Amino acid sequence: MHAEIRVETDDFNIAKEWAAMRARLGGRAGAVVAFAGIVRDHAGTEQVNGLFLEHYPGMTEASIGKILAKASDRWELTDTVVIHRIGELGPRDQIVLVLVAAAHRGDAFAACEFIMDYLKTDAVFWKKEHRPDGDSWIGATGRDRERRNGWEADAR
Amino acid sequence: MNSAASTVVTVRFFGSLRETVGRDAVDLDVDDACIAGVRKRLASLLSADELQALSGQGVRVCVNQTIARGNVEVRAGDEVAFLPPVTGG
Repeated sequence: MHAEIRVETDDFNIAKEWAAMRARLGGRAGAVVAFAGIVRDHAGTEQVNGLFLEHYPGMTEASIGKILAKASDRWELTDTVVIHRIGELGPRDQIVLVLVAAAHRGDAFAACEFIMDYLKTDAVFWKKEHRPDGDSWIGATGRDRERRNGWEADAR
Repeated sequence: MNSAASTVVTVRFFGSLRETVGRDAVDLDVDDACIAGVRKRLASLLSADELQALSGQGVRVCVNQTIARGNVEVRAGDEVAFLPPVTGG
């Protein structure tokens, strides 16, 4: 399985990544599922002016690699790409892209959701929210952990 | 343990801990080549509050990007990192 992981400050171009994946796939995959995460302008009822994302070069990529390996153990995947942005991001900015290709759509849909749920809890990133009343470092939410733990329960 | 060769390690801080201690990295010559030795050496650089933050809930210590369980040994050139709980992507 081709597994590509990029952590970068620059924005990504979904069409370009999609085309590159299709070129690699040839006729092996019948399904590609894409997820793009966008920075919201709010968290609950509070306004958010932007985010700062920090990573640990090397360790962050390795943590994403583990997630992709886990997904690949569970489903028949042909190709995966994860692009995650770091640094200062504003509302409406793209923050993450997950592309998953598989022979059949069921595997691609499920694996894409799985990868995203694990990224939200296990990937080595630290996130600071800029709010009107100041900045604060945030943790993974209870809802994110529940979603991740749901996959663990499924596996048992 | 006493050796003539010095053990210089790079200590890195991330996220909220980087802000708390006011630096992202520092090179330390440690007498006692283990995590406890690194903490002891940090005690001479940081305030009590800053030092306490490094032992805060959920803080993980890594040596060469691998989570260290317990008071593991460090060697010259190692990278020791203090990581607050990750937010995820």
